[in-house]
Amino acid sequence: MAQSVRRLKETASQTAGPYVHIGLTPNFGGIAGVYPHDLGSGPVDAKARGERITIKMRIFDGTGTVLRDALVETWQADTDGLYNSPSETRGKADPNFQGWGRFPSDMETGEIAIETIKPGRVPFPDGRLMAPHISLWIVARGINLGLATRLYFSDEEMANAEDPVLTRLEHQNRVETLIARKESAHYLFDIHLQGERETVFFDI
Amino acid sequence: MKNEQHHTECFFQRDRGWHPPALTPLYKTSVARSPRRAPVSFPHTLSEVTGPVFGHSILGALDNDLTVNFATPGESAIGPRIIVYGRVLDENARPVPNVLVEFWQANAGGRYRHRKDGYLAPLDPNFGGCGRTISDSEGHYFFRTIVPGAYPWPNGINDWRPAHIHFSIFGHGFVQRLITQMYFEGDPMIWRCPIVSTIPDRQAVEGLIAALDMEAAVPMDARAYRFDIVLRGRRSTLFENRMEGN
Repeated sequence: MAQSVRRLKETASQTAGPYVHIGLTPNFGGIAGVYPHDLGSGPVDAKARGERITIKMRIFDGTGTVLRDALVETWQADTDGLYNSPSETRGKADPNFQGWGRFPSDMETGEIAIETIKPGRVPFPDGRLMAPHISLWIVARGINLGLATRLYFSDEEMANAEDPVLTRLEHQNRVETLIARKESAHYLFDIHLQGERETVFFDI
Repeated sequence: MKNEQHHTECFFQRDRGWHPPALTPLYKTSVARSPRRAPVSFPHTLSEVTGPVFGHSILGALDNDLTVNFATPGESAIGPRIIVYGRVLDENARPVPNVLVEFWQANAGGRYRHRKDGYLAPLDPNFGGCGRTISDSEGHYFFRTIVPGAYPWPNGINDWRPAHIHFSIFGHGFVQRLITQMYFEGDPMIWRCPIVSTIPDRQAVEGLIAALDMEAAVPMDARAYRFDIVLRGRRSTLFENRMEGN
């Protein structure tokens, strides 16, 4: 026996369950009057700099059925590639852009509409630039531990081709599951939790 | 001083043998909602080690008191009154200050205020079921509420959830993000629950069970339960910037 390093263990995850709206988006879930508005739900600050974009997202289970009780959180850099976080050491991010959002699936259609700005490029630890991306965190009934993935953009082909995360994927035919498709006024992004078109999820 | 700076080093790897796996067939909904392929790892970048900050300005005066935050003025929710308190720590046993903690739960009869909950137990007109707070400089948090009831759910033909409170916790990095459930000491339903049993390790389950703390009770008002939350630890460069260790 050696001495113990005596670290604590992380609190184990549990599913967010079907009523996640009560806690995280109560106004959306029909509980009015407790919070003035749901956190992360507002439109992007009108003063935020950068290109306005809309992303229409849907999440499908292994049978091809759309989830109507999921919740997605987004985390992204500002238009210059800076994060609005105390851990950002390279400079001060746009004070009018928080970079975080919270979006429940529509309870009838399952659609998730995200209005934000297109993020700038952020460096990988070795200094190479990553392609513009949004980090996603997905919870729902039936998901025991929140799923992490990234959304990249179809009109950033050059940057995507040299992205340090996309290029390290062993199965290159899965890269396309991380790329939101630009269609006239918005991007379309479908997440498949399971099956042939399964989205790449990250253990990070 | 370097000690005052926010850390930018990566977080410890998550122990995926400690957390529930994605596919846990006794919890039926997980079968079609679990990825079949292995998740992909890569070194933490700024996208992972940074995260949003929430100031106290988002909090209303009643946000951490579920007994009254949905009630008609002068009235309060029905049920055994409790205080839930604890600390948000990281795996290095350091406090995690200034992070948003959100919670939601059913009422004393096990009924949620949600249009998809059709359980025949009635709603409490004075209970909404949501609350939030921000940990203080030492990682402490607390809120007041009522003990939620157990309730049946369509999984097996006779499955009931133990009394529980859902918790959502932010850390300082987006990869510390965690949602979990708090259970109550001594509840015999805990060890029969297919959602609890998605967790493979008994000790990990025990980490979700809040302890009754009569010393923290308020006499003639509310009993207290202690529930500490542990988020992922962050590496620091040994000896360089934190003399007290890692």
